[in-house]
Amino acid sequence: MSLKTPSKLEKILRAGHLAVTSECGPPRGSDAAHIVHKAELIQRHVDAINITDNQTSVCRLCSLAACIRLKLMGLEPVLQMVVRDRNRIALQSDLLGAASFDIHNVLCLSGDHQRFGDSAQGQNVFDLDSMQLIQTIRRMRDEGKFLGGDAIQRPPQMFVGAAANPFADPFEIRVPRLAKKAAAGAEFVQTQCIYNLAKFETWMEQVRDRGLHEKVFILAGVTPLKSAGMARYMKTKVPGMDVPDEVVKRMAGTPKDKQAEEGITICVESIQRLKEVKGVSGFHVMAIEWEERVPEIVERAGLYPRPAV
Amino acid sequence: MRLNYPSSIRIIRVPCTGKVDVLHILRCFERGADGVYVVGCREGDCHYQSGNFRAKKRVEQAQQLLDRIGIGGSRVRMCNLSSSDAPLFVRFAEEMHAAVLGAGPNPVRAALASKRTITDPPAAGLNAGTGPLS
Amino acid sequence: MIVAAKKPIEEIIEQVKGLRSVLVLGCNECVTVCEAGGKKEVGVLASALRMYFLQQGREVNVGEHTLERQCDTEYLEEIRNNIDAYEAVVSLACGVGIQFTAERYPSKPVYPGVNTCFMGAALERGVWAERCQGCGSCILASTGAVCPVTRCAKRLLNGPCGGSTAGKCEISKDVDCAWQLIVDRLKTLGRLEDYETLCPVKDWSTDRAGGPRKVIREDLRS
Repeated sequence: MSLKTPSKLEKILRAGHLAVTSECGPPRGSDAAHIVHKAELIQRHVDAINITDNQTSVCRLCSLAACIRLKLMGLEPVLQMVVRDRNRIALQSDLLGAASFDIHNVLCLSGDHQRFGDSAQGQNVFDLDSMQLIQTIRRMRDEGKFLGGDAIQRPPQMFVGAAANPFADPFEIRVPRLAKKAAAGAEFVQTQCIYNLAKFETWMEQVRDRGLHEKVFILAGVTPLKSAGMARYMKTKVPGMDVPDEVVKRMAGTPKDKQAEEGITICVESIQRLKEVKGVSGFHVMAIEWEERVPEIVERAGLYPRPAV
Repeated sequence: MRLNYPSSIRIIRVPCTGKVDVLHILRCFERGADGVYVVGCREGDCHYQSGNFRAKKRVEQAQQLLDRIGIGGSRVRMCNLSSSDAPLFVRFAEEMHAAVLGAGPNPVRAALASKRTITDPPAAGLNAGTGPLS
Repeated sequence: MIVAAKKPIEEIIEQVKGLRSVLVLGCNECVTVCEAGGKKEVGVLASALRMYFLQQGREVNVGEHTLERQCDTEYLEEIRNNIDAYEAVVSLACGVGIQFTAERYPSKPVYPGVNTCFMGAALERGVWAERCQGCGSCILASTGAVCPVTRCAKRLLNGPCGGSTAGKCEISKDVDCAWQLIVDRLKTLGRLEDYETLCPVKDWSTDRAGGPRKVIREDLRS
């Protein structure tokens, strides 16, 4: 087990533990108490906390500042970076800023198109794409060089992650795409929310066939459903999401006041099933604006207490 | 069948309504016509397959444009009939005549009458421009 | 070709409403093909402007002319002797032609009569779609001749993103996912393995990012 960074997430994964990460969305304002409160709700139940970067293109407090807040609380943040809003200068600069606070995890993403958010009339950047950002960070870390070639004093020590969506189209390149991300230098991936377990298992089979699970840690993404309405919304409105009819039916067949409980139960059952899938190295629990239920999910799924490393 | 129709109407014959362009319609108004209606074959009966559908779209374009420059889109219409249907031809003519009376005179005509200084508007035709360059 | 769309006539009227004479100047190239600024559109706009002014009780000399190309100085010379008859020009050429006309006639106000949209082609009559953004360094060789710079909403050189659904882009069901097209095309060509080649960080200095661009051919210069 050779560690490449001081990342606690890396330590847990390389030690062979099932890692648990979660995520918090920063507030649409400057009140830090919001993010501190969310983090307090989940801090003892997860190994690292992703901070989203203006998710769904809605303008929020920046991921970097929120990560610094977590760091100051002694927690382990995962800095999400989308390439939508910043060019290579800003991305590298923010990485150095994060590194100066010893933030050791980064997740490289494309970012939702701005048309979904509050700034549909804005420009986008996409100077780099998510794979090129992975390459850039690895170069900064491993070679100590900026993209432009100059040396970096005290290079960032980042454990580099990416997203993987086993459910988006075209399906035939979903595994090659993971291979591409691994080749670019991704060390862990967090997947899109998994509701279609069978399809995920098929994907994992192909991932194992290519030995990719040995090159990159795969954290299976899960999101508890709050209601039948949310299930339907995720199924029909969210691009690249696969919610099978059985799941929607199961939620819809539950009395309204018990649907939230049912959603949590489905989530726990999913984790339990996915724990048995070879190559799954952990879980990314995305409880959207429902952080208070994360501890319960983690406990019921048998992932508590978290290992001390 | 010797049917009468309003004498205010002047017929311009075209091989097919598909030949009628927005520009032809506009030129009529520029020369002072109070209304223009394009009479084509029944929908589905065009000898050239889609000539009357094209005419319909161009009439709609002309209507929009005339509305936006203050002349009034209701002065343009598309009508469809069978070539042997004289009574319907008369009915369309009467309806158009009534519609134009309702809309009043084309404001361009009034302006033309009061401003004799203006050079003659161009003759109808696709390629006729008015500027000294044409 | 360069695809343009007619400006709403209200916008053009707003530009020229104070004038006593105006020349509507068309172009016989791209804007004629996409039916936004050729001879016919010049005729329609000029006629509409004349009628608008007449019913406003204004006497405005609206001239019409269509050049072979507005992006070529020789053709722009054609109006040299007549342009002084007009206070201003409404150009129905693309943004290139509009600016070139203005450069050629520095004292003459030139107003745009179209919105210049993109470089594209006609999918069918009345429907045009973008195909090239002129990034100045073509990568079509590696993408099965489908341009992700132009056709991917995120310009991803290593796509698709997670939003690709049933062949469509996350921004709209009416937009094809460029990377679905690329994958399909590579498959057809029997080159799907090319998909796994990482496209390196692109040099965007040949794109808009590098500032206004020029192509200089020393072998052709006089």
